[in-house]
Amino acid sequence: MSISEYVNGRYDRAMERGVHDRGGWPTDTPIDRREHELADWELRMDAIENVLEQHGVMNTDEMRRGIESMPLAAYEAASYYERWLFTTETILKEKGILAPGEIDARLEA
Amino acid sequence: MSEHEHDHPHEPITNGDEPPAAARARAVEQLLIEKGVIRCEDVRERIDWLVSRSPGDGARLVARAWVDPDFKQRLLADARSAALELGLDPGPSPVVVAVENTDDVHHMVVCTLCSCYPRALLGPPPAWYKSLPYRSRAVSDPRAVLDEFGVELGDDVELRVLDSTADIRYLVMPRRPAGTEGMNEDELAALITRDAMIGVAQPAAPAPIG
Amino acid sequence: MTFAPGDMVRVADRPHTGHHRTPGYLKGKTGRIARVHAAFANPETRAYGADGLPRLPLYLVEFTGGDLWPSAPGRDRVCADLFEHWLEDAE
Repeated sequence: MSISEYVNGRYDRAMERGVHDRGGWPTDTPIDRREHELADWELRMDAIENVLEQHGVMNTDEMRRGIESMPLAAYEAASYYERWLFTTETILKEKGILAPGEIDARLEA
Repeated sequence: MSEHEHDHPHEPITNGDEPPAAARARAVEQLLIEKGVIRCEDVRERIDWLVSRSPGDGARLVARAWVDPDFKQRLLADARSAALELGLDPGPSPVVVAVENTDDVHHMVVCTLCSCYPRALLGPPPAWYKSLPYRSRAVSDPRAVLDEFGVELGDDVELRVLDSTADIRYLVMPRRPAGTEGMNEDELAALITRDAMIGVAQPAAPAPIG
Repeated sequence: MTFAPGDMVRVADRPHTGHHRTPGYLKGKTGRIARVHAAFANPETRAYGADGLPRLPLYLVEFTGGDLWPSAPGRDRVCADLFEHWLEDAE
């Protein structure tokens, strides 16, 4: 089976250079060296992702692929764990574990 | 290429102290637990493991290597096994490689593609390690990056930047500072910082006596 | 394992659709095998739900900084872990 067959129908981006592929990416932004303690929800997001991996629901490479499928502006605007949230939602929807709109519905409940 | 990057932690946007992502993350967790995909206890256990991680474990490995040449060779050959030997948890990564800074070579670690990091031994990666500017410039302008971190390398020192692109996790063994000859392992470990084991700092010099 | 430490290799410069772990800044560049790692599951197929088998050989490849960025000091090196199917013999 070729890669293109896997890719067909999946959340993905075919680009010259992925949004995540940052080595040598031109930048004027200074490196912000301040320490940041993880917020509760960020720890939780990290844990959810790892538990999903432990249970074989989603693997690390699927998780990375999901992040890499973000549009450039969204990728750059998102914080680190916002990207993790994006990929969790995206890949779980792809696998039919979460239904489209299900999270929004829960938030409105 | 974007002209404007916006990669700093967000200020609160709506609904009190949290970004919208916080509520979404909780909703995802709730839904997954209700569907039986994950269990609440597993999430709790993982959070407990995450908060238990600190650079102290990595520092113990390095301190032991500084005082015990045979252990140092074992650490350089197979850092994962060396960690297990000291009763430390090397984490899920199948291979951890320790690289040694010498008078002639200085190592620095990055993950340009995401944020791969030996977190079992060093704790959570600092925000700057995961940031777009570090991921970009650690490979293209590493001496300037080191300069910003306060590390000056001589022109005769080789700088080796390691981009963790696959399953291997890298840990830098910094050079033992002068003036530490009389120190025990615990005292040495206290000098070895997270940043020194990433390669963007030198270990703290010992406090002068008297 | 096809390559041994010290072998010169060139990173393939081919367009790739989908997830892969060869950074753009290394594609088409020539370096030297610094370490031979073990073989690991293929992230390019795992990313789409496959098991990633057979495992593929992985190498730490060392590049001269000046070959990647013209202004880099000649002494400096950038190294990355690259899968065998992205590497070509450059001897």
